[in-house]
Amino acid sequence: MTTTTTTARTSKPLSTLLYRHRWMRLVGLLSLPLTWLIGLYIVSLALLLVTAFWYIDAFTSKVIPGFTLDNFVLVFSEPAYITTSLRTLGVALAVTLLSAVFAVPLGIFMAKLASPWLRAVLAVAITLPLWAGYLVKILAMRITFTEEGFFNWLMAPFGITGPGFSIVTVVLTLTYLWFPYMALPVYTAIRQIPVNLFDASSDLGAHGFTTIRTVVLPLLWPALIAGSVFTFSLSLGDYIVARFVGGANAQMIGSIIASNINLNPPVAAAFSVIPIAFVVIYLLVTRRTGALERM
Amino acid sequence: MLRLTRGTRIAFGIVVAIVLLFMYVPLFLVIINSFNIAPIASWPITGFTLDWWVRAFQNEALWTAVTNSAIVAAGAMVIALVLGTLAAFALQRYDFFGKHTVNLLIVLPIALPGVVTGVAFSNSFNNVLEPAGIQVGYFGMIIAHATFCIVMVFNNVFARLRRMNPSMQEASMDLGASLWQTFRLVTFPQFRTAFVAGGLLAFALSFDEIVVTIFTAPAGVETLPLWMFNQMARPNEATQVNVIATVLILLSFIPVYVSQRLTRAEEEER
Repeated sequence: MTTTTTTARTSKPLSTLLYRHRWMRLVGLLSLPLTWLIGLYIVSLALLLVTAFWYIDAFTSKVIPGFTLDNFVLVFSEPAYITTSLRTLGVALAVTLLSAVFAVPLGIFMAKLASPWLRAVLAVAITLPLWAGYLVKILAMRITFTEEGFFNWLMAPFGITGPGFSIVTVVLTLTYLWFPYMALPVYTAIRQIPVNLFDASSDLGAHGFTTIRTVVLPLLWPALIAGSVFTFSLSLGDYIVARFVGGANAQMIGSIIASNINLNPPVAAAFSVIPIAFVVIYLLVTRRTGALERM
Repeated sequence: MLRLTRGTRIAFGIVVAIVLLFMYVPLFLVIINSFNIAPIASWPITGFTLDWWVRAFQNEALWTAVTNSAIVAAGAMVIALVLGTLAAFALQRYDFFGKHTVNLLIVLPIALPGVVTGVAFSNSFNNVLEPAGIQVGYFGMIIAHATFCIVMVFNNVFARLRRMNPSMQEASMDLGASLWQTFRLVTFPQFRTAFVAGGLLAFALSFDEIVVTIFTAPAGVETLPLWMFNQMARPNEATQVNVIATVLILLSFIPVYVSQRLTRAEEEER
């Protein structure tokens, strides 16, 4: 009882003020996060993008503020840069496709065919590698696919040589890294499909595969798109994987940004626009499908 | 019921087996390689040794790197907890002009490639702040990490707030509690688990981050991923990295176990 009387008697000017003015509460809540995100992050991004219009003094190799479109012209005309951009886009799409192709049967198996016990085990088994560390997984793939490694040893009796360190290994490693981000939403979506839809499909004479194609897949689109946002954007910006398992001909957009940032910052800045554009376009396209609201 | 032919069921089972093998065989290879007597990764392994384990545990650079990672991750986590929770309350409780933009702003640091974020911060730190006489040094990493960690806390707290009943707080205020008392005694206990989960995710994300770290770490300072990165760049010396990778694989059981327990506890509460 003592506490009630004291609280009732204490005047609370700040609480009263904030209670009366909604906008003050909102400003109080938003000021710190927005100051941080805009003042530090957006300003940093803007400063970087502004550098893309600057140029390098040919003699002192110092960055000179100014306005030139040469860096962008270089990015879009230099054949090696175009190849790299297209390669990166191809890798990101391949990773997304590969993840989806494996996620759907895995999800159907877990949700519809596995016993509850096996389902729980598989759910943990898919989540666990998410925590195993980014570099740990790259190291693991490197050990698996190295010249004298496990994969070549396993395939030697069949006369098959593995991909070694190449663009194929880059796609496999990126799939290895981001697959759970596709598999988990797809599995959740399959579990949420009402059972009577399957019964109805079966009663109307559809075989298993017809049901999967005409009932399951259309309902999976939002989940596949949500998963693809991760597999696509995370693969698109990556360059560490290419560095460690890509060999000589697997440069990604990130590799070019990273290698130019000290030598030629304006070119690195101009190049940063490409992954930003790809990611923003992808987000805008997927947003139209309404899949992002469910994430 | 989904009726599938025997052949299809077997095919699906094979796909699941391939996925599991693909996910776990490489991890097992790392563990086995940490005991491999050969200094270069190869298969089959030629002999067993604990040498790399002993050397790794005596490696001072490695322990310094672990300490650095823990400090950076803790700093980033604390900042992300404060900013992420504030933003979650603002976006969940209020409708205002530009709400979608604020949401995008929170997601952007994780949606954009790490190399862009890293290069942008390093550009600000080295080419803007340093000439102005401000040395961010060690704090540069914490600032950069906190920025992309905010979304982790935000997502968790936001999702929980959406399920909470606002009338509890109104009741508390009606009974004369101040805003702070209401928050401390009524609101916070309701989203505490989401707050902790978001904080742990932020800590884990920062602890594991490499790309932004490459660009924002001051000269001579290594976090654990940066140490691993530098070791992996010299393949002939990459022996102790298998040891630390094994430890990290084993440690990954902890968050999975904890999240299993948390979901079970939450299901029982309902």
